[in-house]
Amino acid sequence: MDKPLPVPTPQTQPFWDALAEGRVVLQHCAECDRYVYYPRTHCPGCLTRDLEWHELSGNGVVHTYTVARRPTAPPWSEDVPQLIAVVELDEGPRLTTELVNVEPDAIEVGMRVQPVFQTVGEVTLLLYEPA
Amino acid sequence: MGLRGDAAIVGVAEWKPERRPTREPMFSFEQYAELAKEALDDAGIGVKEVNGLCTTGVRESSMFAPATLSEYMGLPVNLAEHVDLGGASSAGMIWRAAAAIELGLCDVVVCATPSGPTPQPPGGPVNPGYLGASSGAFGSPQAEFDIPYGNLAQNCGYAQIAQRYAAEFGYDERALAKIAVDQRTNACAYPPAFFHGQPITVDDVLNSPMIADPLHLLEIVMPCSGGAAVVLASRERALSTNHRPAFLTGFGEHLAFKTPSYAEDLVRTPMKPAADKAFEMAGVARSEIDAAQLYDCYTITVLLALEDMGFCEKGEGARFVNDHDLTYEGDFPLNTNGGQLSFGQPGMSGGMSHVTEGARQIMGRGDANQLESCDTVLVLNNGGIMSEQVALILRGE
Repeated sequence: MDKPLPVPTPQTQPFWDALAEGRVVLQHCAECDRYVYYPRTHCPGCLTRDLEWHELSGNGVVHTYTVARRPTAPPWSEDVPQLIAVVELDEGPRLTTELVNVEPDAIEVGMRVQPVFQTVGEVTLLLYEPA
Repeated sequence: MGLRGDAAIVGVAEWKPERRPTREPMFSFEQYAELAKEALDDAGIGVKEVNGLCTTGVRESSMFAPATLSEYMGLPVNLAEHVDLGGASSAGMIWRAAAAIELGLCDVVVCATPSGPTPQPPGGPVNPGYLGASSGAFGSPQAEFDIPYGNLAQNCGYAQIAQRYAAEFGYDERALAKIAVDQRTNACAYPPAFFHGQPITVDDVLNSPMIADPLHLLEIVMPCSGGAAVVLASRERALSTNHRPAFLTGFGEHLAFKTPSYAEDLVRTPMKPAADKAFEMAGVARSEIDAAQLYDCYTITVLLALEDMGFCEKGEGARFVNDHDLTYEGDFPLNTNGGQLSFGQPGMSGGMSHVTEGARQIMGRGDANQLESCDTVLVLNNGGIMSEQVALILRGE
């Protein structure tokens, strides 16, 4: 079974375009002095539309994770264990991702991780591996 | 501000949870009508007295569910709420119904959660898909930023929350398991519970298969079929019904995110503001709670509820569980029907089971699990992945 892939929208296209080039860009709100993830039209909190795209390192730490021993849904039935994580970027935002190039037992909350750009079909996913 | 405590739960109906349904398949409208009639009969209230209804999503009507229910049942209503708070929808319906009654909009309101088998369409069952509570629609944040990484359904998010809790506060897995064990003891005193007659030990829980670290199989609810309804009535009407009314004297509702990845804090949940508001409104102290009916889709949900609802300090949940007997015979009766972990999770009726059990305890209509004295009950409903939170305080007079 094919895995569901992201379908970029007009608002999120710059994020996905950057991933395809091996770069991480996120929106920044000057008013709130914070980065925003996921991309959107309005800043969550102040609702300004005045968001600027900035390039980031993409590096961060594992905020939390789980090792899914049973597939979370049928498309992942051949992929257990799934290493599904929440990564906190150095610039603040947290994102949903999968960890790769790491043994399940070696994962720890707080470990430093770096981006892995994985192209699947027409999109590039943002995965993470130990830094 | 808040409720005066002039609306009460006066009737309940609940179908026994089943893994393999033996009940005749009925469409959700039909189940709603059947459950409503049972709950009204239970209260001793006539059908024609109903002038409000609350519902969650109805399988056959993705839109206009309240109007379709009103038409189907032939009940003109002054309040028609479709509450979309996931597992918190039941408690969300209850306070909206009580508020409508106190505002004078309604005298009698039905809140039902049909969760039984439905007839299959010609040509066989329609695959319900695997997205669960996540939306796969174009433009949905979940479709674009969560689902592609396999973060969907419930186990993953709750496991991530438990793992974060472990990193911040440590993790006493035997205490977590004891929650499931004590609740099973309660289920063994309540024959309608799915796992009645099947006691378990802490080792049974810890030896059950790991599903998503650190959650074991026996720490996770089992989906099943069933159905439940409650009837609320005004104080005046409630005082001439069949049972001791369970008045709603306080409530709180809070939510701030859909996917925990984007929560400000994964382990300090929206349960706290919901509970603080409910206790403040009711003018009730934590020590006055005779029974806590806390949403228990996972053991970690209960642990966080004990902390965030103010029964112990943050990080002290495991100690609290170890220090207290959580059974119906104990010093902190918790989920006296077995909770969803042992009563079963019949779809949206899982959340309602905390409401029905709270009302039954106040009415004095429990089975062997009935508390000797029960005047004040705390109910917590939790939706999605620790996102939607609704707390209720029920009191008998």
